[in-house]
Amino acid sequence: MTAVDATAQALGLRVGMPVTKAQALVPGLVIEPADPKADAESLERLALWVLQRIAPIVAVDPPDGIVIDSTGADHLHGGDAAMLDALIGRLTLSGVSARAAIADTWGAAHALARYGSNPVLIAMPGASIDMLAPLPLEALRLSPAIPAGLRDLGFSRIGDLIGQPRAPLTLRFGPELSRRLDQALGNSAEPIEPLRPEDMIEARRSFAEPIAAAETIARYIGKLVATLCEALETRGLGVRRLDLLCHRIDSRVETVRIGLARPVRDPQRLTRLLCDKIETIDPGLGIEIMTLTATLAEPMTERQAVSHLIEAPEPDLSGLIDTLANRVGARAIYRFAPVASDVPERSVCRIPALAEETGAGWPDHWPRPSRLLPRPEPIETMALLPDHPPNWISWRGVRRRVRRADGPERVFGEWWKRDAELVAVRDYFRIEDDAGERFWIFRAGDGEDVATGSHRWFLHGVFG
Amino acid sequence: MHELAISPAIAALRVRIAQLEGDGARAREVLPFGVPSLDRKLPGGGLALGCLHEVAGGGNGAVDGAAAACFVAGIAARTQGKVLWCVAQQDLFAPGLEQAGLPPDRVIHVEAGDDKSVLACMEEGLRHGGLGAVVADIARLPMTASRRLHLAAKESGTIGLALRRWRRQAEASDFGQPTAAMTRWRISVLPSRPLPVPGVGRARWLIELIRARAGESLDIELEACDGSGHLGLPANMADRPAAAEGRRHSAAS
Repeated sequence: MTAVDATAQALGLRVGMPVTKAQALVPGLVIEPADPKADAESLERLALWVLQRIAPIVAVDPPDGIVIDSTGADHLHGGDAAMLDALIGRLTLSGVSARAAIADTWGAAHALARYGSNPVLIAMPGASIDMLAPLPLEALRLSPAIPAGLRDLGFSRIGDLIGQPRAPLTLRFGPELSRRLDQALGNSAEPIEPLRPEDMIEARRSFAEPIAAAETIARYIGKLVATLCEALETRGLGVRRLDLLCHRIDSRVETVRIGLARPVRDPQRLTRLLCDKIETIDPGLGIEIMTLTATLAEPMTERQAVSHLIEAPEPDLSGLIDTLANRVGARAIYRFAPVASDVPERSVCRIPALAEETGAGWPDHWPRPSRLLPRPEPIETMALLPDHPPNWISWRGVRRRVRRADGPERVFGEWWKRDAELVAVRDYFRIEDDAGERFWIFRAGDGEDVATGSHRWFLHGVFG
Repeated sequence: MHELAISPAIAALRVRIAQLEGDGARAREVLPFGVPSLDRKLPGGGLALGCLHEVAGGGNGAVDGAAAACFVAGIAARTQGKVLWCVAQQDLFAPGLEQAGLPPDRVIHVEAGDDKSVLACMEEGLRHGGLGAVVADIARLPMTASRRLHLAAKESGTIGLALRRWRRQAEASDFGQPTAAMTRWRISVLPSRPLPVPGVGRARWLIELIRARAGESLDIELEACDGSGHLGLPANMADRPAAAEGRRHSAAS
């Protein structure tokens, strides 16, 4: 048997077991013949999807892995952790269960993803050694005979090997052990050969003399973009993801990825977006090859601009949104839209900045604060139960006398979301203190029945 | 003072000063508040578009920035086109902004993470020119940064509103530092309009114009923005505007 699913594992079946034994253990077992070719193809398809959505340098790591170089792309996702979350989340949604790790080197990430305790793991830069040490020897990508031999000698974990003299080990097990160990620890380079589908539109330039100055890079970015846009035009495509790969003479690759909200083929705009990122390129001793790839291209529909004699045309904001998205991440730019919910923190959702106008608003029978605290803060109060506002409140150590108040506005729990909210109630009051400061406070519970809430008071927002 | 403003000699001098300042090439468009006693004091009869303006809250408002946010939302609501609102950490409540006149479809929010990115995003928005207004919640606004923002606003004609907001009350003294902003406002909350029945009436603010280039400062008590972003004149004051205008308030009241 080459692979078993979670249900089969629960039944006691293991990889490497003969099929006959498994059939004897579990009657009526469903057995699929292994198809390594189809597996490899679907892995490549998955890698292509990752390439288009997540990062510019992606390669398949057969038989069951994908390796991603995340530098140069995390800014689009709002950081490493957010990127990993998004990736795992989307894989889970499409029915793929995956483990992931981010580490300094390919070797370390490979080991941590397969043998680490957490399914999602981020190793801080420089902390890989400590995290690798307790892992078993198989995590080093060695041929199967070597870990067995090492175990005979008394080595059981990677940590045991790290301090050992290399010469006797190499003499006994060959150079592979040292090479893999160095690759995992980052002592020797291991370049990732990026996946490049055949029909990808690409512009490439090699330099006789390596370039390093920012101005020179900017000039060649302009030339590459012009070439790429011509190629895009012949196919009627616009680009949604653009990758710039700079191959340095020390065989490292610096990458820049640009994401766009709509397909774009305007050389000026693309050049500007790429040039904004020049400072993130570390040219080292010089760049010898620059490649510009339209990783994700979509058909572009040309529209005729409608001319109005009276109204001014609606300004196009997609350029601005792209510039900002490449600076702070696409998730950090949004509009708010109403959700039909009376619970304040659930009444608002975020939609993409360029989404269609909803035209909807919130009901305005009751005033709403302009600032909402990230989470309600407990306050001390003195109030008559069940339906009077407090006489005074004490928030963040300041005691305020309540001069005027409005309320209660009762918000019922949403029983269709969680069972715990079946009877939950919040009573909101708008209060004003002596100085005229207005706050939005609520009491958890209806003031009579303890089942509806704790009867503690919270401050939730500040009115203007 | 407004009698002087319309005297021809003063007007001629103002034109010359504007030319010397290099802003005189084209007349600035203004956005009136619709409150005569406020508009009269502002150069040009309203808030100049294509400029940077600073707004901060008074008292605890310097930390929570709630009244200042409503005031700014009201100004942004009265411009044409979309509004870009940059913050470091999001705590705006969109229903509250809608009640100040700014519907959710018109506002694009940017959550930039830190002050430096907020400034960069604001400048980018001001340079674009297709927006109605650009708002940013900023704590520190150095002279150089404010000048960059002001120039960007001047180029495109978009109004820039820097909502000054600090983490701690003690840091609010930063508001005394000079910046290139055209006007500087402080909005403090006041007890609301008394109602004949128990309850909270329409909010009132003490609006202080601390600094205005080519203008004079003032303070005035007004009612908070309504659903269309317009400030209201308190009823008891509409009857006696002359008496109200000259009053001085202590900042703490």
